[in-house]
Amino acid sequence: MRTKLFVIIIVVIIILIGWGSYTYFNTKMTTKQLLIVSTTTSLYETGLLDILKVEFEKQHPSINVSFISQGTGLAIQTAMRRDADMILVHDPVRELKFLQDGYGVNRKVVAYNFFVIAGPSSDPANVKGLSPTEAFTKIKEAGEANFAIWVSRGDDSGTHAKEKRIWKSAGFDTTELRTMSWYLEAGTGMTATLRLTDEKNAYTLVDLGSYLNNYANENIKLGIIVDAGKDILNVYSAIANNPKKTEVYGSNFDASMKFIEFLVSDGVQQIFADFGKDKFSKPLFNPYIKLLERGNNQELIDWIQDLAYYDGIECPLHYRYEADDLYQVIHKELIIAPIILDFQN
Amino acid sequence: MFETFIEAIHQAIILIWKGDPEVFSIAIRSLSVSGLATLLSCLWGLPIALGLALSSFRGKKLIRGFFNAMLGVPTVALGLILYLLLSKSGPLGIFQLLYTPLGISIGQSLLITPIVVSFAASAIESTDIGVKDLARTLGASRFQTDLAVMHESTWGIILAIVASFSRAFAELGVAIMIGGNIRYVTRVLTTSIALETARGEIAFSIALTIILMIIVFSLTFIINFLRRT
Repeated sequence: MRTKLFVIIIVVIIILIGWGSYTYFNTKMTTKQLLIVSTTTSLYETGLLDILKVEFEKQHPSINVSFISQGTGLAIQTAMRRDADMILVHDPVRELKFLQDGYGVNRKVVAYNFFVIAGPSSDPANVKGLSPTEAFTKIKEAGEANFAIWVSRGDDSGTHAKEKRIWKSAGFDTTELRTMSWYLEAGTGMTATLRLTDEKNAYTLVDLGSYLNNYANENIKLGIIVDAGKDILNVYSAIANNPKKTEVYGSNFDASMKFIEFLVSDGVQQIFADFGKDKFSKPLFNPYIKLLERGNNQELIDWIQDLAYYDGIECPLHYRYEADDLYQVIHKELIIAPIILDFQN
Repeated sequence: MFETFIEAIHQAIILIWKGDPEVFSIAIRSLSVSGLATLLSCLWGLPIALGLALSSFRGKKLIRGFFNAMLGVPTVALGLILYLLLSKSGPLGIFQLLYTPLGISIGQSLLITPIVVSFAASAIESTDIGVKDLARTLGASRFQTDLAVMHESTWGIILAIVASFSRAFAELGVAIMIGGNIRYVTRVLTTSIALETARGEIAFSIALTIILMIIVFSLTFIINFLRRT
């Protein structure tokens, strides 16, 4: 019996060693270049990035792309610590900071959609049809009168930053609001926040992609209460890590640039345009480059550029690095293109 | 609510029955990552346990106390510390272990080392008295005595190893902070349960949870069964 027992123990140990070396070699033996993209939960949770991964690896078999899903705030921090090679986020203000601090180069606006205010269809705060800032003011009033609850993402994500800016433009200070009983902070990703909002019959700010995705999956019964206006435009951009800051551990700059070029390519812009169409009858994200190329909605283009461009330019010249091609393609449509190139030469 | 639960269990059974390849690969990854972690922790944990149980020296109680206190270390605390250490801008960044399965294994092995040490040391100590005296009376050397004691406490040591494996296998904090939950690379059972719940795929989460529990319970069951025969 003893010998049998020891045979078992030895077998167990051998299996453990086998597993162990299996994992070890699995990580070490990949000759593929590993590209790590830190991105927002609103993009990741819809499943769009899984499609992009397959497509990208088909076009670039030597690169393995991995996504880490975080809020925009954390995503930027991860890239600043150089643990990610590039970011795909939606907060123009902090993106500019990222560029200014010298961490990122070659910013590219990729896609857009709108935020909406989701809430109970009974609409207790009576905000349907109002502008976002008006709606926020009314929700606050209703909240103070115990009619309504507001759920904030509270995780420093791009959505949270947007929400704080709308509160600000409505004339309120979120540091004050967060102490109030009708203002809840979820501190999690978009879907978890929506579910909390649904449970509480509350209002929240959500990007249209996440809303439609969760509504179709019957995670939530909330309705779209407010859905229009320049204030709640949502713009996604990609930024590569500055190779000068990352060279200590070998830079993945080439792969990052390939991914950014991939994002603005015709095929992928079409994927943005089609994603979710069959399931939700409208796309979750809208391709920005296609919008520029069509050029028939100047008002929307102006809105986007007003929000997400810095002094009329998507990536100021001194934050560009070996990427003339990238911007040439885009500015082909615009008259200012030759001026920029002259300036650079 | 009840209906969702029934539907979830139904989906779980289908998922397991059909052998969804991604779920299967996640389960295998979980097993291998935590298996390696257990192996590593035994590598240094068992010698420490032996030393603590079979010899007496100054400060022995202090060390025992330290390992006992570390039994309850929060996984997120350890995850956070390791994340900062392993980050490319951290002191151990040069090894490039962040967001790799090996990184998770190392983190988990540190997490479960106190379990291996404390449980194994207790097991050895509890069989110590009688066997040790008997072996000595029969004329065994010091080394032979130690061997005899270890032999007697085999089951206790195995239980310590199983307990530590289960802890590594079922923990979330280290796996999500060191691994980053990257699909096909560092996604293990617990991190995918967290993700799918966040995504609102409750049925899928329940299916994964059932798989997780089946593995943990059947391991304990097998050990108990072997012990009886």
